[in-house]
Amino acid sequence: MNRELAHLSDEALVALAARSEQSALAELYDRYGRPAYGLALRVLRDDALAEDAVQDAFLALWRTAARFVPERGKASTWIFTLVHRRAVDLVRREERRRADTIEQAPEQGGGSVEEEALLRFQRERVQDALKKLPDQQREAIELAYYGGFTQSELAERLGQPLGTIKSRMFLGLARLRELLGEPGLEVSWTSTS
Amino acid sequence: MDLHELTAAYALDALDAHDRDAYEAHLAHCARCREELAELADTTAALAFGVRSPAPPPELRARILDAAGAERANVVPLPARRTRAFRVAAAAAAVAACVAVGLGAWSVSLSHSLDAERSARAAEARAMAIYTDPAAAKIPLHGRTGTLAVDRAGRGALVVRRLPAASPGMTYEAWVIAPGVKPIPAGTFAGGDPSTVVPLEAPIPAGATVAATIERAGGVDAPTAAPILTART
Repeated sequence: MNRELAHLSDEALVALAARSEQSALAELYDRYGRPAYGLALRVLRDDALAEDAVQDAFLALWRTAARFVPERGKASTWIFTLVHRRAVDLVRREERRRADTIEQAPEQGGGSVEEEALLRFQRERVQDALKKLPDQQREAIELAYYGGFTQSELAERLGQPLGTIKSRMFLGLARLRELLGEPGLEVSWTSTS
Repeated sequence: MDLHELTAAYALDALDAHDRDAYEAHLAHCARCREELAELADTTAALAFGVRSPAPPPELRARILDAAGAERANVVPLPARRTRAFRVAAAAAAVAACVAVGLGAWSVSLSHSLDAERSARAAEARAMAIYTDPAAAKIPLHGRTGTLAVDRAGRGALVVRRLPAASPGMTYEAWVIAPGVKPIPAGTFAGGDPSTVVPLEAPIPAGATVAATIERAGGVDAPTAAPILTART
């Protein structure tokens, strides 16, 4: 794989993509395509739809890269926001009813040993943080983010007032932010290449 | 409905289309929500890593790149000779990135503010993208060693070697001076790095001169001192 841009920051790659530099888009895909697909698959539970969501999101990035403002946030956050938004829109449009229990996709390999280890490390870190949340907060966040439910659907489903759902999501995310913000856990992609 | 309360739900994509539109309209003029959202969005993006990620089918990569190429070809024809030229540019970009990473690490050790670091990194990335653009004009500086790069859209970046740190209470300030117009402030910078890399905050019309002066901290609206460096486009 051609990784001649491997040393550039995500933000610099987005700036290059804004100049129609296709290899910058390729590099961003090589960094985030797999977790993006994993996320889309989790929300959509359908291979073809997950591929569509990832493709739509990366093309949206390509079209709007010039409007990305690095001061407002990280490029990787933007990418996952695009993928998640697309996945959620698709799951709602398809009116696919989301299963109650969220089973995990099998993690077949495909990447290097380092890539597999890194993905596992990141997954365990997020899962550990989720486990530390109070059950009701974790439930609200998982159903919203991985299940694609709206807050009104959650209120109905859980038999709670909307305000309760809002505050569970807010408190859960704020706590998650603290848990994930502990130092030493940011893993750089360039260190594995 | 208090729209401030919708930030977490918006970050999780848990709003229906109607609430989402209302919240986005609110976001345009609520700095507090924008700030809060920026923080929560990093957290929700981290949730993406919380699921198992099977490798996507290999064809997906080619499909995305082909579609991207086809779309952009309709709008901006790519120069035919780009392969070799781009390789050179990419190598230069990689070198520039290493320099920038080094500077980034250094500035983090001085500044404990994540926002300052993020915005400095972002500024560097913007400047670097201009500096490494093969189509950008490169103009040597007078008064200091370094280069002014100006891309085809008139965006500029200054790269100054060994610029000493501005004295306490003072700053460097860049200016864009077009003929017949008073100088336009184009950003302030501190110096003190082996390479100072700054994007210019004002567009650079053809024939303009870019200059930098030493001003009081915070910057001023019009230059009050003689320039320490200039570059004529």
